[in-house]
Amino acid sequence: MEITPETIEYISTLANLKLKEEEKVQTKKDLEQILEYIGIIQELDTKSIEPLTHIVQQKNVFREDEVKESINREQILKNAPVIKEGCFTVPKAVDA
Amino acid sequence: MKNYETVIGLEVHVELATKTKIFCGCTTKFGGDPNTHCCPICIGMPGTLPVLNKKAVEFAVAVGLAMDCTITKRCKFDRKNYFYPDLPKAYQISQFYLPICRNGKIGIETDSGKKKIGIHEIHLEEDAGKLIHDPSKEITLIDYNRCGVPLIEIVSEPDMRSAEEVIAYLEKLKLILQYLEVSDCKMQEGSLRADINLSVREIGSDILGTRTEMKNMNSFKAIVKAIEAEKKRQIEWIESGKKVIQETRRWDDNKNTSFAMRSKEDAKDYRYFPEPDLPPLELSKEWLEQIKKRQPELRDQKMQRYQTEYGLPEYDAAILTGSKPLAELFEKTTALCKKPKEVSNWLMVETLRMMKERELEPDQLSLQPEKLAELIRMVEDGKINRTISKEVFEHIFLEDIDPKEYVKENGLEIIRDDTLLRKTVEKVIEENPQSVKDYQNGKEKIVGYLVGQTMKVMKGKADPTIVNQMIKDILRNIVIKSI
Amino acid sequence: MDITKVSALQLSKAIRSKELTVKEAVLAQLNEIRKREPLYHCYISILEEQAIKRADEVQKKIEQGEYSNSLLAGVPVAIKDNICTKGIKTTCASHMLSEFCPLYDAEVITRLEAAGCIILGKTNLDEFAMGSTTETSYFGVTKNPNHINYVPGGSSGGSAAAVAGGEAIIALGSDTGGSIRQPSSFCGVVGLKPTYGMVSRYGLIAYASSLDQIGPIGRTVEDCTAILQIIAGKDEKDSTCAVNTVSPSLKAIRQSIQGKRIGLPVEYFEEGLSKEVRIAILKVIEVLKECGANIEEIKLNTSIYGVPAYYILACAEASSNLSRYDGVKYGFRASKYEDLSELYKETRSLGFGTEVKRRLLIGSFVLSSGYYDAYYNKALKAKNILREEFHLAFEKVDLILTPVAPTTAPKLGESLFDPLKMYLGDSYTVPVNLTGLPAISVPCAKDKNNLPIGFQLIGKPFAEQEILQTAYQYERTVQKGEK
Repeated sequence: MEITPETIEYISTLANLKLKEEEKVQTKKDLEQILEYIGIIQELDTKSIEPLTHIVQQKNVFREDEVKESINREQILKNAPVIKEGCFTVPKAVDA
Repeated sequence: MKNYETVIGLEVHVELATKTKIFCGCTTKFGGDPNTHCCPICIGMPGTLPVLNKKAVEFAVAVGLAMDCTITKRCKFDRKNYFYPDLPKAYQISQFYLPICRNGKIGIETDSGKKKIGIHEIHLEEDAGKLIHDPSKEITLIDYNRCGVPLIEIVSEPDMRSAEEVIAYLEKLKLILQYLEVSDCKMQEGSLRADINLSVREIGSDILGTRTEMKNMNSFKAIVKAIEAEKKRQIEWIESGKKVIQETRRWDDNKNTSFAMRSKEDAKDYRYFPEPDLPPLELSKEWLEQIKKRQPELRDQKMQRYQTEYGLPEYDAAILTGSKPLAELFEKTTALCKKPKEVSNWLMVETLRMMKERELEPDQLSLQPEKLAELIRMVEDGKINRTISKEVFEHIFLEDIDPKEYVKENGLEIIRDDTLLRKTVEKVIEENPQSVKDYQNGKEKIVGYLVGQTMKVMKGKADPTIVNQMIKDILRNIVIKSI
Repeated sequence: MDITKVSALQLSKAIRSKELTVKEAVLAQLNEIRKREPLYHCYISILEEQAIKRADEVQKKIEQGEYSNSLLAGVPVAIKDNICTKGIKTTCASHMLSEFCPLYDAEVITRLEAAGCIILGKTNLDEFAMGSTTETSYFGVTKNPNHINYVPGGSSGGSAAAVAGGEAIIALGSDTGGSIRQPSSFCGVVGLKPTYGMVSRYGLIAYASSLDQIGPIGRTVEDCTAILQIIAGKDEKDSTCAVNTVSPSLKAIRQSIQGKRIGLPVEYFEEGLSKEVRIAILKVIEVLKECGANIEEIKLNTSIYGVPAYYILACAEASSNLSRYDGVKYGFRASKYEDLSELYKETRSLGFGTEVKRRLLIGSFVLSSGYYDAYYNKALKAKNILREEFHLAFEKVDLILTPVAPTTAPKLGESLFDPLKMYLGDSYTVPVNLTGLPAISVPCAKDKNNLPIGFQLIGKPFAEQEILQTAYQYERTVQKGEK
C-alpha cells in the first residue's frame, strides 16, 4: 500500500503529532512496510465470524449510584503544568 | 421565489439526575467551586478505569420505554476520539455501534393537528467539562465538575417542519423526562441542550437538502429564533444560486444570528471503536419489566385519573398535568384540603396568572401546598372572603407567608360582630338618603351600591352576603314604616 | 543468606522465624542494587528511604502477629514503572510522565502492601510498554545480566533483569503481547501472564486495555504462585476483573502431572525458530514426559495472523489511550506554543519517543475513516477465530507447550531500526494475549553466549493451577537432576 504525503499529514493530525521532514520520510517507509505485513490478515476468511470485542465473559458489571467523596482540588491540580483560579488552563480554545 | 419547506431533526442531550457520575462516585450536583467534584477517574488520570453506574442505564431504558423504543438487548459502549480541552481522556465514552434504544416515537399536538415524531436512537454517554474563557487574557480555564455526568442523547428523525413543531416536541420530551424523574431538564443549567439539524427543500420534493447543525441555544425562545433565522439564511442562499454547506453553526443569542464554527483541523473522524474497559450490557426481559414496573405514573395516565378520581374537567386535567411540578402541587394540596376543584381553580387562575406576570417556569414555583390548603380552608370556613383571599394568596406566592398569621396580623378576618356590622350599615344608610329614596321607588339595585359602601368602610372584612341581607332587611323596614 | 539467590518464600520464612529482620533484608537488597545498578540499570526509581521506613513498620506488625496468612510478608518487591504508586513517580519510562506522581495506588500495590510486602523501586521498561527490548525507555537501556551486551527483552525488561541480576527477589510486570514472558525468557527467570481478568488493571497505565495484564516475575514457580495469590481476584474498580477466581495454592501446584496431556502446535516449530531454541524445547518435552505427561502434536493454523491482529488492536487502543497526554492535566508540557493546537502537537511530539509515535500513527491509521472494517474489525474477527481454535485444541489437551521467542536475546541496538523484525519476534506470545489465556515462561537452557532460553506453557482460561503445577514439576525435576 502506497502511503501518500496527504495520508501522513492526515494521520499525524489525528494523532496530534507534528512530524519533522525526516520523520515523515521514515513514517512513510515504516507504515508501508508494516501495513503490508499486517495486510496479510485480509487473507483470513472471516465470513460469518463475529468480531470478538470482549474476551471476558461477564456482562452487566455495575456500581450502585452512591456518592463517594471527591478528591480535594489541590490534589487534582497537583500534577498540572499550569493552573489558575483552581482550574487547568490552555491557550484560548477556538469555537468556545 | 419558490415555496420551501423546512425539515428539522433534533439531537437533544439530557443530563440524567443520578446522584453520581456515570463512571465514578463523584457527585453530579450543579455548581460548586471549579474542579471540586472530581476524582482521578473522571479527570482521566493514567491507570484509572470506568465502572458503569447502574442507575444511569435504568434511566436511559426508562426513557426508551416511555418513547416506545426498541431496547437493544445486547449493547456496548464505544470510544469517540477527539482532542478538546473539555474532554480529559481525549475520548468520550459513548455508544455508536449499538445504542441502548432505537426506533421510538412520541406524539405531539400543534395548531395544525396531531403528529408522531420518530426517535431514531437514544444513546448513553458521559458529559464533558466546562471551559471558562478569560477574555482579557488569551487563555481558557477548565473546570471538570460536569465531566462524567451521565447524558443521554435523544436523536429524532427529521420529522419536524416548523419551529412550532420543534417546541411541541421539546415540551413533550421535557414532560416525559420530568415525569420519569430522570432529569430536571433545566436549560439554563445545561441539563437539557438541543442541537438543531435543519435543511430546506422545495415543497413536494422528497429528497433531503443539505443540512446544518445549530448549537448553543439555551432557551425555547432562542430555538425558535435560531430556526427562523437559519431557514431564512438557507433559502436566501439557495435563491441566490449557492449551495448550502454542511457545517456546524453556533447561535449567538445576543446578536440574533449564527456563525459557522471553525472546524479547521477537526476532520470529524472520531475513530469509534468498542470500549475495552467496559464489558457489554445484556438487558434481559425481566430487567426491562422491573424498570417498567417501577416507572412513575406518566402524564396520560395522570390526566385520566384526575378526571375519574377528582372529577375534574378534561381541560383542567390537561393544564394541571402539563407540568410535573404543577401536578405535584395539585395532588399534595388536594390531599390536605380535599377540595380538588377549589385547588384546581387556584392553580389554573391565580397561580398561572402570577407565573405569567413574573415569567416563572413551573420548576421555579415555590408555592407550598400546606399554605394553599390552609388558604382554601379559611375561605371555606368563612374566615376570610374571596377578595381578601386573593390578596393573601399573592403574599403566599411571593413571600411564602403563613396565611393564618398574615390574616391575624393584618386583621383581615371577617368581622362577625353583628352589633358593629349593624351600626355600620345603619350609618351608611343614614349617609345615603338618596339611595333609600331610590329603593323606595323600586330601584332594588341600589342595594349593591350600599353593600359596596359598607364593605369599603369595613375594609372588606365583612361577609358581603350577610351585609347584603342586613341592608335589605333595614331598607324593607324603612319602606314598611313609611307606608 | 544470599539475597541475590534466595527465593521470596524462603526469605519470608526466614523473617518470620527471626533469622533476619525485614530491615536487614531490605538493606541487603539495597546494597546489592547499589553495586549492580551501574551495570544493569534495572530501575527508574529506587525507594531507598521509603523502603527502609516501611521495613520497620512491617517488622513491628509481624512481631504483633499480623500477616499470619501472608506467605510473602517482609519481602521487598520491584514494580514495573507503569503501575501507579501513590505519591511516587510513575513514569512509564516516558519523557511525557517523567515527573508524574499518581494520586492513588494501583490495586495490586494496595494488595501487596496489605500482605506485608515492601515496594522497593520502580523498574525500567520500554516507553509505555511498547517494545520488546527495554531500549525505548526515556531513562536509558537496561542490560541483560547474563550478558551485558544484550538486551533483557521487554517491555518488562527492568523487572526481569532485576530478578535475574540479583537486584530484586521478585517483581511485577505487565504483559500486553509477551512483555512478561519474553524478558523472563531472555533473562532466565519465571514469568507468568495470568488470564485476562484475573488481576485488576486498576492503576496499570494502559497501553492496550483489552490485552494488558499484570503478572509476576520471580526466581521460582512457587514464588510466582505465592504473589499471584496476593494480587489476583475480583476488584470492583476494574469491570473486566469482576469474577471471583481462585488462585492456586502452593499445595495444589505441587501435585503430580501424571497423565496431563500437553500439546505441541506444529506451527510454532516451523521456520524462524532458531536451532538452539528448538533443541532446548525438545529437551523440555523429555523432562515433562519423565514427569508423566503425555505429549501430542496439535494444530493452531491461525497463529500466523496473531501478530498482525495484535499490532492492529494494540496500536489502535494505544492511539486512544495515549491521547490524554496533552500537557494540560499532568505530565510534560512543551515550553513553546502559540495556540492550543500547537500546545498539543508540540507537547506530544516532544514528549513521546519514536516507537510510541510510530504505534500511535499506525493506530490512528487503522481506525481512521474507511479503514475500520479492513483492519480493526477484521482483527477482532481474527481474534474470535483464534479463540475458537485454542478452545478446540483444549478439548484435546490440557496445556500447550511452545517456545517463548524464536531466538535468544538480541544484541543491544540491533532491533531498534527494524521494527517489523521486532514485531515478528512476538509471534509465540501474542496469541495468548489476543485470546486472554494464561501462560508462563520457564527457563530451560542457555545458548552458546550464556543467554537463557525459556519455554512457554499456555493453559485454558483461569487454569493457572495447571500451568504452575506443570512448570513446578519441570523445575523440580530439572533441579533434582542437577544435584
